[in-house]
Amino acid sequence: MAAAITTETGAWVGTVPFLAYTGVFLLLPTGIVVWNAFKGNTGHWTFANISALNTGLVRSAFTGSLELCVISSLIGAVLGALLAYAVASGNPDGVVRRLYLAGSGVLAQFGGVTLAFAFLAAIGPTSGFYFHAPWFYDFPWGIAVIYCYFQIPLMTLVFLPAIDGLRAQWREAAESLGGSTWQYWRHVGAPLLAPAFIGATLLLFANALSAFATIEAWEDQISYVVPQSISTSLISEVGLANVHEGDALAFGMIVLVVIVMSGYFLLQRRAARWQR
Amino acid sequence: MTKLVAAAKQEGTLNVIALPNDWANYGTIIKTFTTKYGIKVNSIAPSDSSAQEVTQIEQKKGTSLAADVLDVGGSVATASTSLFAPYKVATWDSIPAGLKDPSGLYTGDYGGYMSVGYNSTKFGTITSLSQLLGKAFKSAVALNGNPTEANAALNGVMMANLAEGGTAGNIADGVNFFHKLKTAGNYVPVQATPATIKAGTTPVVFNWDYLNTAAVVGQPASTWKVFIPSNATLGGFYYQAINKQAPHPAAARLWEEYLFSQTADGGQNLWLQGGARPSEQVAMTSNGTIDKTAASALPPVVGTPIFLTEAQATAAATYLAANWAKAVS
Repeated sequence: MAAAITTETGAWVGTVPFLAYTGVFLLLPTGIVVWNAFKGNTGHWTFANISALNTGLVRSAFTGSLELCVISSLIGAVLGALLAYAVASGNPDGVVRRLYLAGSGVLAQFGGVTLAFAFLAAIGPTSGFYFHAPWFYDFPWGIAVIYCYFQIPLMTLVFLPAIDGLRAQWREAAESLGGSTWQYWRHVGAPLLAPAFIGATLLLFANALSAFATIEAWEDQISYVVPQSISTSLISEVGLANVHEGDALAFGMIVLVVIVMSGYFLLQRRAARWQR
Repeated sequence: MTKLVAAAKQEGTLNVIALPNDWANYGTIIKTFTTKYGIKVNSIAPSDSSAQEVTQIEQKKGTSLAADVLDVGGSVATASTSLFAPYKVATWDSIPAGLKDPSGLYTGDYGGYMSVGYNSTKFGTITSLSQLLGKAFKSAVALNGNPTEANAALNGVMMANLAEGGTAGNIADGVNFFHKLKTAGNYVPVQATPATIKAGTTPVVFNWDYLNTAAVVGQPASTWKVFIPSNATLGGFYYQAINKQAPHPAAARLWEEYLFSQTADGGQNLWLQGGARPSEQVAMTSNGTIDKTAASALPPVVGTPIFLTEAQATAAATYLAANWAKAVS
């Protein structure tokens, strides 16, 4: 009995670093943002910041964020899933697969000023092959193309385990019952993969939603998305700074992320049933 | 002055904020100050904006990490006077009345004119802003920042506004000019930096003349030219202010004395060498303390300079907040 208690306490102690870490770096800042979203500049409670979310400018920032996230996550999801399937159908211990996964691991983290500048170097006037077209600067398509550079590899990484989970026996079973390739995908493959696919797409969506440095380097002079509006509310030196409005914008993003990530976890739970 | 130097040396440190080394010669200015007085300069967040400077002194209030002195744009200076300590430097009388708060809460230190920096090998000579709408300038023209955030960018739009026949009180024509640039495919929204200029992505940049010099953008002087339109000579000054709760009050005041000093190695002449126009330039020209070589190297200004009033700057910012993104996207 005594031993059991020690083990249980020991197990709890093990979670302390994790809980302390998420507490200090996730829950506390979130709490402060939400708290301040309801504070005025003189420290009183107010709904003014929240109601400021319903102005044309803020609505267009949220619309911009949604457009960019939907476009870049859908392109990323479809292309990434196809690549994941290609990788999965190759030799599981082959060099190609290992190279591909290592490359995706690096590229999925490749963002920010580095990515924007790499892109400039690649398509810019000094690159040698000149296709420096103005539409690359257009929102949302131009910037969405750049986002795909990290969205596609991320999709490949998170979707590959789901494809690996498709057992060869299922396909053999379908074929031995006279099913065609189309019927196999229509009735077996697609339904099995759908939750994982939608879940991974939502992950890409959240990934694009919070990206700031890439678009800020690329479209520095215009605020298209919410993180840029938050930046304006913090750093504007021409008199448009309002820290509490920035908190309200961040609160709006938190709500959006909570919705998206809840969807992700629900689907993930369903998807996990097939991967055990 | 001797007492001030002694007290500042006793403190030994000075915290400055938002001073990039390549901005108006600040790198040299800080180094010279340290050599001269043996005071260590802590340069906090060199690339912060004026608004962030004020946030920093509020957040770090009462700690040794707070910035002692600020270098801020006009609208931030007038909005934050409750945080400043009044101080009049020894050369107070040399500073034009329009550039200082009467009680010394903030004092104009240096400034310049809005200009167009460009690659003259690629585009020849630019003599008017309307040229920029032509086919030769496809994907070429950039601002220094977002005009709803950065003072330099707001003034860039205002320069276009004045060149297009608009008035300082209404920036609409300037926004419309950028809308035409965008429609022509000539507008580049990328943040203009020496790196993007080198890569050829932003070969035409609207910025303060002292930030647009060949030396600052890292281009050879033979191919990088700076143009100030005669029908849109728009000036802007930055302001010095001392944090009321400065952790190093004596060093802060010595720094101000140094910045406004008219000696050969004082702040005024060093700013001038960096391409900026020091606030005591007129007085120094008449008393002969000015660095003549540096003064003659400044880009020529022919028109009558316009300086935005607070009300005009605020009206411009309000209009931009509502219309800028729509016009250029």
